[in-house]
Amino acid sequence: MKKLISRTVQLSAVVLVALLLTTQFAAAEYGLNMPKGVTQISNEVYRLHMLIFWICVAIAVVVYGAMFWSMMFHRKSRGFKAATFHHSTLVEIVWTVIPFIILIAMAIPAAKTLIAMESTGSSDMTVKITGYQWKWRYEYLDGDAKGVSFFSSLSTPLEQINGDADRNQNPNYLLEVDNALVLPTGKKIRFLLTSSDVIHAWWIPDFAVKKDAVPGFINEMWTVIDTPGVYRGQCAELCGKDHGFMPIVVIAKDEPEYTAWLSQQSDAAIQQAKIELE
Amino acid sequence: MSSHGENSYYIPHGSYWPIFMSVSLTTLLVGFSLLLNEVPVGQIMMFVGLAMTLFFMFQWFRTVVLESEHGTYNEQVDLSFRWGMFWFIFSEVMFFAAFFGALYYARILSVPWIGGAGSELTTNTQLWAGFESMWPTNGPAELGGDYKIMGAWGLPAINTALLLTSGVTLTIAHHGLLENHRKPLIWGLVATILLGVLFMACQALEYYEAYAHLNLKLSTGVYGSTFFMLTGFHGMHVTIGAIMLTVILFRVLRGHFTPEQHFGFEAVAWYWHFVDVVWLGLFIFVYWL
Amino acid sequence: MSTATVDDHHDEHPGFFKRWITTTNHKDIGTLYLLFSLLMFFVGGAMAMVIRAELYIPGLQWVEPGFFNSMTTMHALIMIFGAVMPAFTGLANWLIPMMVGGCDMALPRLNNWSFWILPFAFTMLLSTLFMPGGAPAGGWTMYPPLVLQTGNAFPFVIFSIHLMGISSIMGSINVVATILNMRAPGMTLLKMPLFVWTWLITAYLLIATMPVLAGAVTMLLTDKYFATSFFSAAGGGDPVMFQHIFWFFGHPEVYILILPAFGIVSHIIPTFARKPLFGYSSMVYATASIAFLSFIVWAHHMFTVGMPLVGELFFMFSTMLIAVPTGVKVFNWIATMWRGSMTFETPMLFAVGFVIMFTLGGFSGLMLAIAPADFQYHDTYFVVAHFHYVLVPGAVFAIMAAGYFWLPKWTGHMYNETLGKWHFWLSTIFVNLTFFPMHFVGLAGMPRRIPDYSLQFTEFNTMASIGSFGFGLSQLLFAFIVFQTIRGGKKATDQVWEGAEGLEWTLPSPPPAHTFDVPPVIK
Ligand code: HEA
Ligand code: HEA
Ligand code: CUA
Ligand SMILES: [Cu+2]
Repeated sequence: MKKLISRTVQLSAVVLVALLLTTQFAAAEYGLNMPKGVTQISNEVYRLHMLIFWICVAIAVVVYGAMFWSMMFHRKSRGFKAATFHHSTLVEIVWTVIPFIILIAMAIPAAKTLIAMESTGSSDMTVKITGYQWKWRYEYLDGDAKGVSFFSSLSTPLEQINGDADRNQNPNYLLEVDNALVLPTGKKIRFLLTSSDVIHAWWIPDFAVKKDAVPGFINEMWTVIDTPGVYRGQCAELCGKDHGFMPIVVIAKDEPEYTAWLSQQSDAAIQQAKIELE
Repeated sequence: MSSHGENSYYIPHGSYWPIFMSVSLTTLLVGFSLLLNEVPVGQIMMFVGLAMTLFFMFQWFRTVVLESEHGTYNEQVDLSFRWGMFWFIFSEVMFFAAFFGALYYARILSVPWIGGAGSELTTNTQLWAGFESMWPTNGPAELGGDYKIMGAWGLPAINTALLLTSGVTLTIAHHGLLENHRKPLIWGLVATILLGVLFMACQALEYYEAYAHLNLKLSTGVYGSTFFMLTGFHGMHVTIGAIMLTVILFRVLRGHFTPEQHFGFEAVAWYWHFVDVVWLGLFIFVYWL
Repeated sequence: MSTATVDDHHDEHPGFFKRWITTTNHKDIGTLYLLFSLLMFFVGGAMAMVIRAELYIPGLQWVEPGFFNSMTTMHALIMIFGAVMPAFTGLANWLIPMMVGGCDMALPRLNNWSFWILPFAFTMLLSTLFMPGGAPAGGWTMYPPLVLQTGNAFPFVIFSIHLMGISSIMGSINVVATILNMRAPGMTLLKMPLFVWTWLITAYLLIATMPVLAGAVTMLLTDKYFATSFFSAAGGGDPVMFQHIFWFFGHPEVYILILPAFGIVSHIIPTFARKPLFGYSSMVYATASIAFLSFIVWAHHMFTVGMPLVGELFFMFSTMLIAVPTGVKVFNWIATMWRGSMTFETPMLFAVGFVIMFTLGGFSGLMLAIAPADFQYHDTYFVVAHFHYVLVPGAVFAIMAAGYFWLPKWTGHMYNETLGKWHFWLSTIFVNLTFFPMHFVGLAGMPRRIPDYSLQFTEFNTMASIGSFGFGLSQLLFAFIVFQTIRGGKKATDQVWEGAEGLEWTLPSPPPAHTFDVPPVIK
């Protein structure tokens, strides 16, 4: 009876671990997993992530399986007598070489994706992003939008943050800004990233774009957004007390809507921005 | 329990020096911190702490030397001391490695990037237009203003010669010790110390030159930073080394050390050679290339 | 045949203060380290509780954002430098002389100093909580330029790190000298117990990296107060340069936090499997390979700083390689358990928990090593989940396993097995409740080091907070068990555990003040 209980306990432990591991997959739709995103790169990264994840699960099943088997059956309470072996060169070589091969299998797609991410070829437009404590500034450097420039900072009311107003009705709590960055879909956009004070990091999970904004240096990155929509992210490098309060919002519009937005940016606004620039 | 046999373990009795050392060091560092925060007592506290640290360090070493001279230690203790000194010097090497790393990083990576090398071109065009990568440099903002470079073939070359010679004289002294010849031992040591002091004098002169005539300062961009931090920490180590050599000289004059047992001498000799080697690195990478 | 000479004629029966303050005895010093570490674990843990309380639900409830960041920073510094590292050093002090058949540490007075620096260093660090401008809030990684915005606390933090560095380096020198010079006749290097081996390699890592950290923070100090420009582009420097120097220390540091744990587990598993450790020599080589590799992987913490492609590829590949020797270790432990005759007393439970949950943390580490994926993971709670798995059910569980395993030897009393088992199961359940959900919120996009988060992360954060309070309270049980055992309990035999092998088990429990007056001869 006692044995039965302990065995049940052990079995349920195994099941629990397996469950924990798979919920991560099963619940992918519910915001528990990395988003697939809306760019080719983000999709590639997602696939890579799932590939490594499943490889790890497979290894885990083997490793934990052997371990739990032995814990269940090779115990003194079952009268199991200990073997005396303590060495086997062959086995050692096998379990050195096999992981090595698995690693190579992971490294190849990883390297491919990495190379794709870093190929900043010719782009259709350039936006300069500057981090400030604690807001972002966007400047359109070329094309029709040249000269458009604005700051973007958190627009969630302070009362919601400190609890004087109800935040639970606000689906975009902490993820909303006064001026969103507007970008066209289907264009290769180059970002130039820097900072005016401390290091920040610009991150939109749906684009799989994250890079540090380092004062005194320009970092480059790029993206091509496939689908129009509103995409939200946050500063991803500790930058002081309001690090948690400098979100990023990108509105991606298809060509006609983007052009409409551009012309909406009245000359006055552009003028205003230019003055600010000086 | 007090047979001081050949193969026996030796464990020293309890000692107050460690806790006193901790208290003094803390006084020194808290004082320095307060000074940096512009709190008036900081300065006094720092100097009191420094004096205490030196005093207790001296006492601690004195205890060890006395014990050693009483024949309390055996070969095993000697070997432990050797391992201890060896790894201590290794840790010092790694300390300098951090600053050499900073120097290489600045020369090979950050300055060229700011100057627009490779894919970092936009850094230059967007932020530092007009800055050209070169070494030495005080950076695109020309921190500290116009300055002149510290040439390699003046004082630094003389210093190199001084230190290299001091390595030789120290080895002469060591041989004297091993062969029980007191004359080369004593005069070798004296010469080494004198060369060390001379080195420090030249170094002081060089710093004076830099500040007074070259406008080369700690604040002269990354060149000034690496230059003074590396040579400064090195100079500090030469000073410590020279003090230790002086102590060794006094011990020699008192008849300490035998050809068989002279850990104290060798430890200081290793230290001196280490300081010597670091200088060669400095001469090549800070002054020359 | 050798005998021990103990120069203690002066004070046969020293008073309480004199005994603990001036002691040169490795067991006393080991005890001091371990108690200090327990204290710091509670202090650092209390800070974690502040963090978790604030993150219990969205919104700002308890603390200001600036203070929240101070809590994060201090929590990490105290846990790493105050809890885990001193715990390992304490274990080294207690165990290494016993395991190699020595009498004491090689340099006992230095040993005393290594310990007695720590209380001063941490008083300095903790005092910053009360200073104008607050405690440091730039993260334990202290990246400039942010960290240069620290107020009056700044020099205190820097100097306390210098002191901790001195303490670690002196402690490590002592360990190396002891291992290389105090072994009993016949104890060749490849006969040394694994705890000794892992510490030898750890000590080497410490001696090689702590001075680099000291150099790095010294440059921070001069950048702030003496107008140098190591980390400022205006003068030709680079903030990222600090990160390179820091992680050259920082990555080996994380193996400093785990290698001795590997050693501990390699003692406990064979004991309770009643079967010799599988693959002893491959364990040694694997440890050495991990240590070697740890010096060439540092920039995997910096994939997003804008490194050139070749750099990213190099650091990705080298990091992945570490899975191979680590895997060898895991497989060896399992092969040791395989066809053993196992029992599951508390130390074994913790050791098995270690293997399972450390491996889990290792897997997430491997995922982080994949640079393109790390662009998504970096600076999110996925990273926080990773390192807490390797640090809490990793390093901390191993330390607790060691506590239960050797406490009977040290005190001469058995601990309360029932309470020990309760402690294990409570800790295991709560530690997973705390840190497993962090994987999910991390992947879903929650950045680390934020005092407030958007609503989608609420449920899992609440779960994590509840788990962490449970885990914290369970540790009170640990403290209780330890003190109960120190004060009394069933007498422990010399061997303590049926399957225990090694020199320390040949000594009486508790062992005499000077371990081996006569060095044992090893076959
Ligand atoms: C004890 C401490 C410890 C340990 C042991 C590790 C182990 C590892 N860590 Fe971790 N790490 C930390 C502590 C630790 N880490 C900390 C504190 C941070 C954050 C610092 C900060 O930013 O504040 C961090 C961050 C960190 C990052 C940076 C993430 C980021 O900021 O973006 C990365 C990236 O590569 C990484 C990787 C790894 C890897 C590959 C291992 C490997 O050693 C793991 C190897 C183990 C296994 C893989 C499991 C067992 C193996 C097998 C069963 C064999 C078969 C397996 C395969 C073939 C897959 N770690
Ligand atoms: C060895 C290292 C170590 C250990 C043991 C721990 C232990 C814990 N850590 Fe920590 N942690 C780090 C190393 C460690 N951590 C590091 C390096 C960071 C990164 C810092 C940075 O970003 O710069 C970090 C960051 C970190 C964060 C992220 C903060 C942020 O990004 O803003 C969180 C959040 O939940 C956290 C939680 C915890 C918890 C709940 C524990 C628990 O395991 C603690 C349990 C212990 C106790 C609770 C103490 C004992 C009990 C009492 C005192 C009794 C009272 C109890 C109650 C009232 C409940 N840690
Ligand atoms: Cu800006 Cu964090
Ligand atoms: Cu690392």
